[in-house]
Amino acid sequence: MSSDAPAPTGPLADVAPEPGVAKPDPILVIDGVKRSFGGITAVNVDHLEIQRGMITGLIGPNGAGKTTLFNLMTGFDTPDQGSWSFNDRSMSGVPSYKAARLGMVRTFQLTKALSRMTVLENMQLGAVGQSGEHFLAALIPPLWRKQEEEITRRADELLARFKMDHMRDDHAGTLSGGQRKLLEMARALMVEPELVMLDEPMAGVNPALTQSLLGHVKGLRDDEGRTVVFVEHDMDVVFDISDWVVCMAEGAIIAEGPPSVIGSNPAVVEAYLGATHGQAPERRKKRAGGEPA
Amino acid sequence: MGTGILIDAIRTAIGPTAAAYALLAVGLNMHFGYTGLLNFGQVGFMLVGAYGVAITVATFGGPLWLGVIVGVLGAVVLALILGIPTLRLRADYLAITTIAAAEILRFLTRNSGSEPVTGGVFGLRQFSGDFYALNPYPPGSYLGVLGLSQNRMWQMTVGWGLVFLFTLLLWALMRSPWGRIIRSIREDEDAARSLGKNVFFYKMQSLVLGGVIGAIGGAVFALTLQTVQPDTFLPQVTFFAFAILILGGTATTIGPIVGAVTFWFIIAGLQSTLRRSSDAGLLPDFFGSQAVGATTLTFVGLLLMLLMIFRPQGLFGDKREMQLDVK
Ligand SMILES: Nc1ncnc2c1ncn2[C@@H]1O[C@H](COP(=O)(O)OP(=O)(O)OP(=O)(O)O)[C@@H](O)[C@H]1O
Ligand SMILES: [Mg+2]
Repeated sequence: MSSDAPAPTGPLADVAPEPGVAKPDPILVIDGVKRSFGGITAVNVDHLEIQRGMITGLIGPNGAGKTTLFNLMTGFDTPDQGSWSFNDRSMSGVPSYKAARLGMVRTFQLTKALSRMTVLENMQLGAVGQSGEHFLAALIPPLWRKQEEEITRRADELLARFKMDHMRDDHAGTLSGGQRKLLEMARALMVEPELVMLDEPMAGVNPALTQSLLGHVKGLRDDEGRTVVFVEHDMDVVFDISDWVVCMAEGAIIAEGPPSVIGSNPAVVEAYLGATHGQAPERRKKRAGGEPA
Repeated sequence: MGTGILIDAIRTAIGPTAAAYALLAVGLNMHFGYTGLLNFGQVGFMLVGAYGVAITVATFGGPLWLGVIVGVLGAVVLALILGIPTLRLRADYLAITTIAAAEILRFLTRNSGSEPVTGGVFGLRQFSGDFYALNPYPPGSYLGVLGLSQNRMWQMTVGWGLVFLFTLLLWALMRSPWGRIIRSIREDEDAARSLGKNVFFYKMQSLVLGGVIGAIGGAVFALTLQTVQPDTFLPQVTFFAFAILILGGTATTIGPIVGAVTFWFIIAGLQSTLRRSSDAGLLPDFFGSQAVGATTLTFVGLLLMLLMIFRPQGLFGDKREMQLDVK
């Protein structure tokens, strides 16, 4: 693929870089979704489409509503109004666990490692459709042992890919912040989702590993045909792997387009420079690092 | 005097009451230890199990097996009533609801209006005939110096048999993918949800299972005492069960068993020591026979505090696991 090249190619080549523009083959379509907390309008998205099989970067200053949008899409929060559909299926009122089973899996900005379970158990948990998850079947190991072996094999493969195989049997609570990020991403992949929504997957991950993580994310698209939406403050990363970039500010989509044009978009520049905590979306050497609360 | 105290302590530690409490703690281990559900009303499930047997047999003249089924079904219904409104909310809602529900149940049973069915404050008796008719032990004195009766042997066999059965059940469940989901809920519900697990459904299963085990503990309790009275089902019973669980080691397989035996060994040993010393005139009136119960509880409280300070993971817990911060 040509993701490293700034000029758009492929299915998004002819899509105009305008907020709310229609895409040729959207997997996620959002319409008029609004969510306020007291006086603050956290999310107010008129229309947004996420192209299937592409990597979409979601950027915006702190408090722009990116995490809230993730929460709304995946059933962890309920919008005040609006509708959205995933694979043409309306997702209003669908509980979070069903959204995950339907193929839309998210990670959390503040990692949720299952501390008193081992790294391997964290991974195994991610597999869906396990027959041993039913109460009665659980009591008869022969019914699920084969599947368990298969799940374990898949988990070990992923752990190796994320260079975490040496921690396989450690409690997840003993991992460092960056390692937890990795584990959470690998665990989400155990679900084998069609759409992966990563909330700042690189925050706190060391730069050398970031490179290989970026490779994995591209692999999700190129080798496995998955769709990725990720939130990231590091513009190097965003421009490096995104096929398309969406910029939010104060809850709304203020710009979208291929990475080659988004950096010079005046609305984007203003959103970042106007915001108190923002980082201008130019290529910078310093990494965003850390986890904003 | 020393051996007398030891014999008293051992008799209680391996007795049917300890077994009944072990069952309460096994149920709590499912709720609190594995799932992270705060059930402060385990005594309510116990009450339902005890009165299920007593009412079915004594009031309505039904057979024992039906009484046990009524108790178990009652526990299922209670778990559903408690769980449906609270399990989607934060953990503390379940805690408050369970403690209140257990007290409401106690007041309902002791209410004069329910006297025709529950016997009111006087409770019920004469429901355990079927149980003792099944006793396979011939009359005699058992276990040497302990000198246990045939009935005591039968109570212990059934009580501890059930404890081992349910301990085995939980052990099997917790090493399965089902148990993995349960533990993930204890660690972080939202993580479990994000991986496609129906958290509410699994919490419900846990609440029902632990409640049913508690109800069976109640049935054992009632059949052993051969009487039920509302005021044996005080909130402190739940807290004893928690003490047992924490003493033995939360979220461990044999924690509830070890905890129950140790707890009752200490209680009975202390009681026996105080009673015998006071009978021999060795104690000031302050600790006298009137105050044995209160003094024992004070000591137990002290012991629990020391345990929390020096061995917070309980006798069988994993210290390393204990120290990992959750979330
Ligand atoms: N549960 C909540 N209660 C009240 N306000 C909230 C809540 N969640 C988010 N907000 C508010 O909504 C706005 C958007 O927050 P959100 O977490 O979505 O921002 P974000 O774009 O993810 O920011 P960051 O880049 O810092 O992670 C913020 O103003 C925040 O204060
Ligand atoms: Mg955020």
